[in-house]
Amino acid sequence: MSEQQLIPHLFRTEFSKITSVLCKFFGIEHIEIAEDIASDTFLSAVETWSYKGLPQNPTAWLYTVAKNKARNYLHHNNIFIQKIAPEIKHTSTDVEENEIDLSEKNITDSQLQMLFALCHPVIPVEAQIGLSLRILCGFGIDEIANAFLTNKETINKRLFRAKEKLRTEKVEIEFPTSTEINRRLETVLTTLYLLFNEGYFSESSDNVLREDLCLEAMRLNYLLIENEQTNLPEVNALFALMCFHASRFAARKNENGEIVLYEDQDENLWNKELIERGAYYLNQSSHGNKISKYHLEAGIAYWHTIKADTKEKWENILKLYNHLLQIQYSPIAALNRTFALSKVHGQQTAIKEAEKLQLINNHYYYSLLGELYKEIDNNKAKENFQTAYTLAKTQTDKQTIKKKMDEL
Amino acid sequence: MKEFLFLYRTDYDQMQQQATPEQMQASLQRWMDWLGSIAAQNRLIDKGRRLENSGRVVKKDLVTNGPYAEIKESIGGYSFVKAESYDDAVEIAKGCPIHSAGGSVEVREMNLM
Repeated sequence: MSEQQLIPHLFRTEFSKITSVLCKFFGIEHIEIAEDIASDTFLSAVETWSYKGLPQNPTAWLYTVAKNKARNYLHHNNIFIQKIAPEIKHTSTDVEENEIDLSEKNITDSQLQMLFALCHPVIPVEAQIGLSLRILCGFGIDEIANAFLTNKETINKRLFRAKEKLRTEKVEIEFPTSTEINRRLETVLTTLYLLFNEGYFSESSDNVLREDLCLEAMRLNYLLIENEQTNLPEVNALFALMCFHASRFAARKNENGEIVLYEDQDENLWNKELIERGAYYLNQSSHGNKISKYHLEAGIAYWHTIKADTKEKWENILKLYNHLLQIQYSPIAALNRTFALSKVHGQQTAIKEAEKLQLINNHYYYSLLGELYKEIDNNKAKENFQTAYTLAKTQTDKQTIKKKMDEL
Repeated sequence: MKEFLFLYRTDYDQMQQQATPEQMQASLQRWMDWLGSIAAQNRLIDKGRRLENSGRVVKKDLVTNGPYAEIKESIGGYSFVKAESYDDAVEIAKGCPIHSAGGSVEVREMNLM
């Protein structure tokens, strides 16, 4: 790897480690100091390496510099020592006693604990995702803004408010107690699920960024699997779901960046290794008797990794959607269920069911009706696609609907 | 939206004696499809539970094996459903697979006070 590639790569992987460890050391109320020191470390790296060349072990170099900067910060900042140090966890004016620990174990522990702190129910879910992207995934503010299709100011404000909230609520960077872990884990999993979806379904045109979002969600999810206390069935189920979805990355966009619908995808482009990993973790998730929505969604995603339309496939998908909707209603699940129903019981039955849904502001609803009326009543199919086209907001969606109309 | 209790009544003893495993499986599938359909309309509050055949009826001085010895039909399960009105709730209940087994659905609006 050349220096030009190496620094962004190291930034992605090491920024979050350094920030997590420092933040754990200083306490969450000084999260910005931790971020600043980590950013500053990378700035030094860019400056130093460009004229001295790469050090032998760049990561170790970064850790040493980060440690020194943190130490200097504590030493030279009298205000800090007098006013803030008495409040912080590792209070001592003799900083040498509290060596900042950048060992692998402490890095993993700190990142996991940060994950729980940032996904704390006191801050809104959008802010949880934003903060996780910034602190745990090393994303820049402009990248986060791009992923959320908004501007830097909005993101800056959102993150600022969230940090304030973590400060005023005195959220601790620690592992939740075993009695609390299930409740807190639910929020963490929701955040990871949304983080993944943000990447997978985002309208952002930056493909690399979108894949990175998904991979980061998977990396953080994997941290939970590696820890004995959080290696729970629903954690494995969510990971399986992500593997199955991610397996279709290469197949779901054509060379012009347009979405390729599932039925038109070239299954040779599906990543077999990820499908196998998904199957492995889905299997791992089957311990215990709790069935979470992640289990059901992973099950649905599993059946989608088999391209051929078999009776067994759609019967199972219908069953899983029936169950999923009973746990948690969502319009998209209701629409997908009705599609599965048409595959099992025929289009006529599905049309009757679809008309009960009355999701009249949803363009997917009319696309589904268009699809179901195909060949039964092509005029009605066209009418529905037309309504869908009018309701669709993005260019990608309009393109997809247009194609369907042309095929009629 | 109002909330309704659906009580499913049928002669469960007879039904289970006559059914083959395949028929039971198919019946279960019809129930799941029907409940799934209600859930897809965002109208299922709680799919509820099936009830065991056994039961006891407790009166002040007398406990009998129940649910109701004198009539064959008994409550086999219940669900909670959202609907606009009785008419609307009845429309949903008409699709219940219990009708093909000779049973009935008792629809009762719940007092939410």
